[in-house]
Amino acid sequence: MTDVAIVGIGIHPFGRTDGVSGLQQGVHAAKEALSDAEIEWKDIEFAYGGSSAAGSADTMVSELGLTGVPFMNVSNGCATGGSALLSAYTTIKSGQFDIGMAVGFDKHPRGAFNADPEAAGLQKWYGETGLMLTTQFFGMKIQRYMHDYGISSDALALVAEKAFNNGSLNPNAWRRDPVSKEDILNGMMVSDPLTKFMFCSPAEGAVALILCRADLASKYTTKPLYLKGAAFRSRPLGSFEVFSPSLEIERGPSPTVGASKATFEMAGIGHDDIDLAQLQDTESGAEIMHMAENGFCKDGDQEKMLQDGDTKIDGKLPVNTDGGCIANGEPVGASGLRQVYENCVQLRGAAGKRQVPNNPKTAYTHVYGAPGISACTIITN
Amino acid sequence: MSTQKPIADNLFTWPSDSPKLIGSKDTETGRYFFPAKNSNQHEKVELSNKGKLWTWTVQRFLPKTPYIEQVAPEDFKPYAVGYIELPGEIMVESRLVGIDPEDLEIGMEMELTIEPFVKNEEGEELLIFAFKPSVNS
Repeated sequence: MTDVAIVGIGIHPFGRTDGVSGLQQGVHAAKEALSDAEIEWKDIEFAYGGSSAAGSADTMVSELGLTGVPFMNVSNGCATGGSALLSAYTTIKSGQFDIGMAVGFDKHPRGAFNADPEAAGLQKWYGETGLMLTTQFFGMKIQRYMHDYGISSDALALVAEKAFNNGSLNPNAWRRDPVSKEDILNGMMVSDPLTKFMFCSPAEGAVALILCRADLASKYTTKPLYLKGAAFRSRPLGSFEVFSPSLEIERGPSPTVGASKATFEMAGIGHDDIDLAQLQDTESGAEIMHMAENGFCKDGDQEKMLQDGDTKIDGKLPVNTDGGCIANGEPVGASGLRQVYENCVQLRGAAGKRQVPNNPKTAYTHVYGAPGISACTIITN
Repeated sequence: MSTQKPIADNLFTWPSDSPKLIGSKDTETGRYFFPAKNSNQHEKVELSNKGKLWTWTVQRFLPKTPYIEQVAPEDFKPYAVGYIELPGEIMVESRLVGIDPEDLEIGMEMELTIEPFVKNEEGEELLIFAFKPSVNS
């Protein structure tokens, strides 16, 4: 069976772009990816795409061209982009098509996400009484983790400080001004122990990727990248998830643990082979917990790693080199593909001021979201 | 005095001198659920009204809809939220009352209380469940 290569990448800058719809941002990213691969829309044999709040991806054909291409909509919450990518991967692996596109985009209103209890299978009182907020979940999960494993508020602030520093080196990031650790710690408390600078915000943006059979990759690019592993998992019994009126006393692993393990097995490599990682950082605590859930360290080791700067761009394991969700915001449909885009830029050696040194060869991505889903990838050059 | 009623049916026993949360137990697996599941395979159970604080946070800003407290953002009073581990049963998410958030500690003993929340259009006071520090602790 053939391997799968990524031969074109495109992005619409993240943040707020007034007057440009989410769909138009998706088209922008798609056109940039086509141009990067030096092909035209008519060369695309299939596409998968999605957004959570900005419309149906397949309507992009009216702007990209009515070629009759099979364009399938994907809707999987925070894993929408990851699911589009995984679908494109298996489509090529199966031999059905040789070249296609995965695209994700979004445009959310300002402020925290609105939640609808009944759409989430919950009773109305849960929302009415003020328990149905994602921010509370994140606060409570890291609060317990800090208690169990001795993580400090200082470590939370170091994650956010790194995100804003990396964002300041990324022309496509939303937040491009560094924020000091002291300002992060003294920022308005949103949901204890997390201050406003430790959270990402809903935002806008789009990413598109062109994938093809690896043996055809040299037709499109001199620097093909290979998608060696990709896996998606939903929550197992005992995981701690958002919007849970109750939890099992016996705690179990998160969906991340399963998705990560499957991705490494598929790629046939170990954690030591990873040169950089993009890990879901909906807030500072998430990045810390995800370092362990993805197997990059033991629970509790993160404190020293952060104090030592191990996850900075020039550290032992650079994490969220583009500023992550904290500096880019979270357009739900595009967020997972942004991570893959960043890894492609890094593995091509084209990341400019935020380039990870020493020619990185293997890079990892991880998304996590409601209601307990996770998708991971491993890409090599 | 206005009339009072629970914000939802089948959430806690009411009226009662010693109210309890209503959960359910899967008769095959023994797993507890809250709120109670309506199923032939489940039996309704009254959950323990005492437990330990497993984790907590504070809601510091006024939630958007579907939150129903009618209050201006500047008048909003932050409230604490946490999970209470009810021994041998389940952990339930709840508001935490009767304590300054700065004094909350994981592991502290908590007990169920029923609290007035908001008035509905008919002028009835809606009651919610919450947990407060145990008087004995």
